[in-house]
Amino acid sequence: MSILANADTKLIVQGMTGRSGTFYTDQAINYGTDVVGGVRPGKGGKNHIGRPVFNTVGEAMRETAANASMIMVPAHNAAQAMIEAIEAEMPLIVCVTERIPVLDMVRVKDALRGAKSELVGPNSQGVLTPGACKIGVMSTADAKPGHIGIASRSASLTSEVVANLSSLGLGQSTTVGIGGDPVHGIGFVRCLELFMADPDTQGVVLIGEIGGSEEEQAAAFLKAQSYEKPVIALVVGRHAPAQRRMGHAGTLSVFGSGNAASKNAALKAAGASVVENVVSVAPAMAEAMARA
Amino acid sequence: MNLYEHEAKEILAQYGVPVPEGHIATTSADAEAQARALPGHKFAVKAQILAGGRGLAGGVELAATPSKVGEIAKRLIGARLVTPQTGAEGETVERVYVETAVDSERDFFLAVIVDQSSGTVSVLGSKAGGVDFEERVKREPGIVETLNVAHDGSFDDAACAAFLGKLGISGAPAAEAGDIIAALVKVFLRTDATLIEVNPLTLTRDGTFCAVDAKISIDNNALYRHPEFATLSSGADGDEIEMQAQKDEINLVRLDGNIGVVVNGAGLALATQDMITDAGGRAANFMDIRTTATSLQVARGIGMLLSDPNVKSILVHIHGGGMTPCDTIAEALALALAWSDRKVPVVTRLAGHNADYARQMLVDRNVPHERCDSISDAVQAAIARAA
Repeated sequence: MSILANADTKLIVQGMTGRSGTFYTDQAINYGTDVVGGVRPGKGGKNHIGRPVFNTVGEAMRETAANASMIMVPAHNAAQAMIEAIEAEMPLIVCVTERIPVLDMVRVKDALRGAKSELVGPNSQGVLTPGACKIGVMSTADAKPGHIGIASRSASLTSEVVANLSSLGLGQSTTVGIGGDPVHGIGFVRCLELFMADPDTQGVVLIGEIGGSEEEQAAAFLKAQSYEKPVIALVVGRHAPAQRRMGHAGTLSVFGSGNAASKNAALKAAGASVVENVVSVAPAMAEAMARA
Repeated sequence: MNLYEHEAKEILAQYGVPVPEGHIATTSADAEAQARALPGHKFAVKAQILAGGRGLAGGVELAATPSKVGEIAKRLIGARLVTPQTGAEGETVERVYVETAVDSERDFFLAVIVDQSSGTVSVLGSKAGGVDFEERVKREPGIVETLNVAHDGSFDDAACAAFLGKLGISGAPAAEAGDIIAALVKVFLRTDATLIEVNPLTLTRDGTFCAVDAKISIDNNALYRHPEFATLSSGADGDEIEMQAQKDEINLVRLDGNIGVVVNGAGLALATQDMITDAGGRAANFMDIRTTATSLQVARGIGMLLSDPNVKSILVHIHGGGMTPCDTIAEALALALAWSDRKVPVVTRLAGHNADYARQMLVDRNVPHERCDSISDAVQAAIARAA
C-alpha cells in the first residue's frame, strides 16, 4: 500500500515528446511505472518511445484509462496543461515544471476549487512509491519499499533522507514532493491525511523550510486530532539571514510567515518529534519505530 | 525584480493612482533645479535604493527650500545606506527622487499580494501606515485587514466598503480609496507583480489620497512576457555577482562568512548552512545549483567563490538527484580549480546519483580535495581548513 501512486497507476505524460519529457518518461518506464501514453497537441496519433501520443488529456484518458498525469511542459504553457488535466478530471496530476509565474498558479488554484483532481507541485520532484511507481524526476537509487511516508518541500533533502532511512533498513511507502513554489497543489496537511489513512504507512517524515506556512498548517492539523503515527519533522534554514530571500520562493516576513524557530515550536507543540539537522531524521525515525 | 520607487510610481500614475509630482536627480545641482520646478513649498528628497527600511535609515528627508534639497541630495548621492534589509555592506545611493511633500491628515498602509495558503490575490490594508508599520505589525498582527480578490481581479463592492470601514475610511474618501484599490489590483495582474505596497497611502488635508511611497516587485518567472521591464534601470536585484550567477542557473546569495558552499538544491543548501553554523563555522554564501545547470555553468559559479578573497575553504556538498548527477559537479569542480590560480582547500561530500563515478573522476584528474563521506565530517573539515 501507499498513497497517491501504486502498481495500478496508469500514467500519461503531458509534454512527453520534449527532451526532458522523453528522458524522464523513459526512466519511469524502466522503473516499472505503467506509462500508457503521452499528450502533445498536434502530435496525436503518433508513437513516441513505444507509447501512443494524444492531442488532449481527455482523449488520452478515454483511450488508455489513465488515472495519473505527469506534466513536463515548459513553464509558459504549464498552467494551461494543469487546467486541461483538471478539467478532464484526471485523478492525480504531478507537475514537475519549475519557474511558473505565480499568477498562473492563482488561475490553476481557481480551477482546482471543487475539482476532483489531486495536484502535486509544481516545481516538485514528484511522487515515488518505491518498487511500484515513479512519477517524477527523483533519484531512485537509494529508495526501498517500506513503511515510512515522506512529504517534503525539497528534492535534494528528500534524496538525502531516503538514503539515510534505507541504510537503517527503513523503506518508504511513498515520498511526495509538495514543490518549492509559493502557490502549489497539495500540502503537508493533505499528505498527513493520506498517510494517516494508509494502513501501510507506519511513520511520517515532514521536510520543511523557512518561508510559507505549510509547517504551521501541518502543526494545526496535528494538534486538532490524535495522529496515531509518529511524525518526525525537520525545518531547514534555522541560520538563514532573516531579510534575505533564500532557496525556494520566500514570502513577506512581515505577514506572519514563520522562521524556523516558530515553525519548529509549532510542530513540537503539536506532538511531532522535531529534529535539528538532516542527519538526525533517520535515527529519530528508527527510534520511533523501535518504540512502536 | 524589485522596481525603484520612482519606477513604481510612474506605473501607478499610468493606472490613475494619485502620486506626488516628482523627478529623478543624479547630482545635487540637478536635485535643486528639479525642486525649483516643482509646485509646493516643501519637498521630499528620497534615496533611490531597492531595499526597504530606508526611511528610518536616513534615506528620506524633508526640505523647506530648493537649496536645502541640494544639500540633502549632496549628502545622499554616493553614500551607502544601511537598512535592516541591505545587510552590513549597505546599498550605494546613485540617484535621489525629489518630489513635492504632501501634508498628511492620516497615513494608511495598502498592499496587494498573493496569499500563499489560499492561492488567491489579496489586498491588505491598515490604518497604521508609516515608517514604523513593519515593526508595529510584528507586535500587533491584528492591525492588518484583508480584502479577497477573484483571480480576474474583481472584488465585491460591499466587502470593499467593509474593508475600508475597518480602516476608518468612509464617505467621499471611500469612493476614491475603492478606485485606488481597483487600480492597484489591475497593476498587480497586468504587470505580473508579486507585491505592490503603498506605504503610506496618505489622506491629505483636502480629503484626497496620495501614494507617497510605493514598492512593486515583479515575478522573475514572468519576465519573459514583460519585455517592457527589460529597459528599466532596476534591471535585476542588486548584487552583480549574484546576478551573474543567475545567468549561470545558480541561485547565489553572498553572506559574510569564510566557507564557500557548493550545494545542489535549496533545501540541502539550507540544511548544510544550518550544520555549518551549529558547528561554529560561517558560510560565505548560499548556493542552490538549479537542475538545469551544466558543468560549465557550475564551474563558473565555483570560480566566483574561488575569486572571493574572503573564501578560505570550499565545501562541495552534493546529493546527486534524478536531474543533477554528482559527476556534473565533479566535472565543474575540476574545471574551476584548473582555471583558478588560487589554492583553496576543497572538502567534498558526494552522495546519491553517480557518487562513485564522481569520486573516481576527482581522483583520476588529480583534483586536490579532501573526501568525506558523512555531512558532519565534511562540515567539520571545511571549518577546520578555513580557520
